[in-house]
Amino acid sequence: MKYVLMFTSRPDLADSSDPEAAQALYKRVYEWFGENAAVIADGGAELLGVETATTVKHGDGGPVVVDGPFNEAKEIVGGFTVLDVADMDQAIAVTRTWPMLELPGVAVEIRPMVEDYSQFE
Amino acid sequence: MTPAPTDGLLAQVLREEAGPLVARLSRRFGDFDLAEEAVQSAVVEALTAWRRSGAPDNPAAWLQVAAQRNALDGVRRSSRQRALAARAAVPAEASDGTDDRLALLFACCHPALAPEARLALTLRAVVGLTTPQIARAFLVNESTLAQRIVRAKRKVTDAAISLAVPPADQLAERLADVLAVVYVMFNEGFVSSSGATQDRDLAADAVWLAGVVATAVPDEPEAWGLAALLTIQHARAAARFDPHGGLVLLRHQDRSLWDHAAIAEGERMLERAYRSHRTGRFQLQGAIAALHATAPSWEQTDWLQIALLYDELARHDPSPVVRLNQAVAHAQVGDPVDALRRLEGLGADLSGYHLFHAVRAELLTTLGRHDEAREANRTALGLTSNDAERRLLTTRLHRHPLQDGS
Repeated sequence: MKYVLMFTSRPDLADSSDPEAAQALYKRVYEWFGENAAVIADGGAELLGVETATTVKHGDGGPVVVDGPFNEAKEIVGGFTVLDVADMDQAIAVTRTWPMLELPGVAVEIRPMVEDYSQFE
Repeated sequence: MTPAPTDGLLAQVLREEAGPLVARLSRRFGDFDLAEEAVQSAVVEALTAWRRSGAPDNPAAWLQVAAQRNALDGVRRSSRQRALAARAAVPAEASDGTDDRLALLFACCHPALAPEARLALTLRAVVGLTTPQIARAFLVNESTLAQRIVRAKRKVTDAAISLAVPPADQLAERLADVLAVVYVMFNEGFVSSSGATQDRDLAADAVWLAGVVATAVPDEPEAWGLAALLTIQHARAAARFDPHGGLVLLRHQDRSLWDHAAIAEGERMLERAYRSHRTGRFQLQGAIAALHATAPSWEQTDWLQIALLYDELARHDPSPVVRLNQAVAHAQVGDPVDALRRLEGLGADLSGYHLFHAVRAELLTTLGRHDEAREANRTALGLTSNDAERRLLTTRLHRHPLQDGS
């Protein structure tokens, strides 16, 4: 069973006052990917900040291009990765160990991936 | 609908059989949604058929045959499930009903499901209630409830929430979610048990389920604590209502009507819980209930110990209703000034709760502040008599049955 983990954070709650602590945390994130290599089907990607986001959205006269992320939520998606594990409990167990979760405002959304397309036939 | 005389028996058979059957069929067909639906339909068929012509000689087998037939029908109807049916050839793992039921219960109370869906799903899949029965018990719209259940079941299947007992390192945390659902189930039943129209006794079902859980995870003290609490509270059921259906307060209850054998059973469960030396809110509430249940009278109750237990409970669960009970207990050990001060601090949270004002009125009376007491009584009365629905809602929102309440 494949699940996408979407890593989100709240920039308004982030504390960037301690660069050393941030460095240590990044090291642990790197290690996390190593430790969980066996269940990571796709490393995914880390994304640049929302200030770099561009959105193409539906418009009455055809697609419209606008600056910024697609929603006004306080949470921003910072990256994603794909797990391949037996079930939801395993997905949760792996996700709980995500090092960034010790930062306020950080959340990880777990979404099962569609793998069986026969349901759409 | 008037319950048929055999409904109590039917309920017992259904709650014994439904859960393990859902778990077995889920494993066999690899589809929880399909299995749950098949058993639910079989339960509905059973209620109709058994009310008409009595329960069959082997109700478990009857239910299994009906559920299996429904599941196979479901498979034939759906092309998506046809693929899954290929797995049906795999023989089901041998396991006893208790483990199956426990695994199913952990899935239904999974933290990935919406809290309001966990109880509904548990009642249907684990305890064998029908959707209309659940809707009646909670006074909620049947189609809203049905939707909630459908959404939760789809998530169990689509997100691969497995029917499994969590590993040891997660057991205590996941168990807390399960116990919370069983506790709410009991309180829903306890609050509404004046209504003779219920054809299932939710409180009795919850006592049974708490016992099932504690027996299945015998080293978990909070599971025994909850089983003890519910067993002891339920033992007082016969004395809680007068012949006209009016609620009788604990202090006025006829203690000879209490089920003393059940109370003793609850005390044994508590002793079992204490062996692990890991205390928790259900053990503390159970201990308080046991002190009330074994006291010869309201006056001769060990209020000092109850007050101390509430102090400890408030550390585990500092909710306003626990602190209200704490104040009541402290007032009984002779410090009404201190009790009133504790109470005033809760006004912001509990000003819409009639018992807050009733307790306050009593304390003010004790202190000779009669004008204020009258005012508080009037407020309490206004909150109770004007708005019965609000009263019910308040009681439901604050899940702790007041020691002075019933």
